[in-house]
Amino acid sequence: MTRLLCTLVTVAFSVAAYADEAPKTFDVSVEIPKLNVSEYHRPYIAVWIQDSNRKAVANIAVWYQMKDSKEGAGTKWLPDLRQWWRRSGRSLEMPVDGVSGASRPAGKHTISLPVSDSRFKVLSAGKYELIVEASREVGGREVVSIPFQWPLSAGQSMKAQGSDELGEVVLSAGSPK
Amino acid sequence: MHRFLIATLLACVVAPVSGFAHKIWLLPSQTAFSGNDPWLTVDAAVSNDLFYFNHFPLTLRGLKIVAPNGSIVEAENQHELKYRSVFDLPLTQRGTYRVAVVMDGAFASFMADGERRRWRGSADELATGIPENAENVQITESITRVETFVTNGGPTNEALTASGRGIELIPITHPNDLYAGETAKFQMLVNGEPASDLKVTVIQGGTRYRNTQEETELTTDAEGKLAISFSEPGMYWLSTSTSDEDTSIPQATSRRLGYTATLEVLPQ
Repeated sequence: MTRLLCTLVTVAFSVAAYADEAPKTFDVSVEIPKLNVSEYHRPYIAVWIQDSNRKAVANIAVWYQMKDSKEGAGTKWLPDLRQWWRRSGRSLEMPVDGVSGASRPAGKHTISLPVSDSRFKVLSAGKYELIVEASREVGGREVVSIPFQWPLSAGQSMKAQGSDELGEVVLSAGSPK
Repeated sequence: MHRFLIATLLACVVAPVSGFAHKIWLLPSQTAFSGNDPWLTVDAAVSNDLFYFNHFPLTLRGLKIVAPNGSIVEAENQHELKYRSVFDLPLTQRGTYRVAVVMDGAFASFMADGERRRWRGSADELATGIPENAENVQITESITRVETFVTNGGPTNEALTASGRGIELIPITHPNDLYAGETAKFQMLVNGEPASDLKVTVIQGGTRYRNTQEETELTTDAEGKLAISFSEPGMYWLSTSTSDEDTSIPQATSRRLGYTATLEVLPQ
């Protein structure tokens, strides 16, 4: 019993210690729902951080059809991610290193970025939103957002649920170094 | 045929004065572009209904496209069809294009051989267009700009500088940065100067599917500025006209100016 108590106390302390330490990673999980439709194309998905003025301050990921085609490796349809296009995409030269990626199949996909990544260096302490936007050819479009406070504390985890084109979206702060 | 079209266009230009109005417009296939080889395609027409080509094509003789770097570029596949004109434009530069049909000319009314006659043409053709025995000659200069804006990538402003002739719209809000639920601001100029007290009409497309025009009437302020609240996404038609005596044709006693723009408002 005493041993168990000791263990619990240790765990409690370590959680407290976690909260004080900066997390090592910025983790985003995006669920692409499996849809029962006759014509299915993988959705285009953009993940970015915007500040309280809705200004995009960091691009986390943009997944689109990257196979070479006459129309430019699927970049023709990027404006369909219309919020992302307005806030960021239209002023970018695609592909963007560390952001562009191929479109993904249905399922849960995780992006884990070290907090030391240069994208986070521009973030001053304050309120932000993680935005995930999905747009699917011959399908629909959906935006899911998770408000958060920067800097994150280690062990923190926040969820939001999409209803059509997105499933569960999770923002979590990885364990400290 | 051309004479007939000219008469139609004349009717359009005179419309605000005479009280019947056909609407002149360009309809871009889309206004936000991306990709390796984006192409814009445009319908150009004169009709009562927005944006349905069911009346007359708009002549493309005055087609003037300013590219993002300020240069003038040519449209491809220009055709005048039964009810609409069409053209394509490869967007080879990144930034905003100003796509316009500018009708710059004169019309005259006079008595000849005992009957009242009308003539319309370019300023250069005036001397030959009016017979020598014409009496009571009234010459009016006419400048109408029909335009729209499209952007490949991020919006830019180089193509949107005023030419200083006729009525023009100068962005305060970029015309390819319009979103439902937001208010856009523009400044209207006449001959490059802010135009106050200009009556501006804004109508959303899709008039076939509603009972009323649902037009919004606005008036420019002392600095020629106006603010438009777009509640819904869609294609909108903005139109204004005015007249003055500030003619550049010596024989003309007055001048009629018209302006229309097609603006796309995107959903949030």
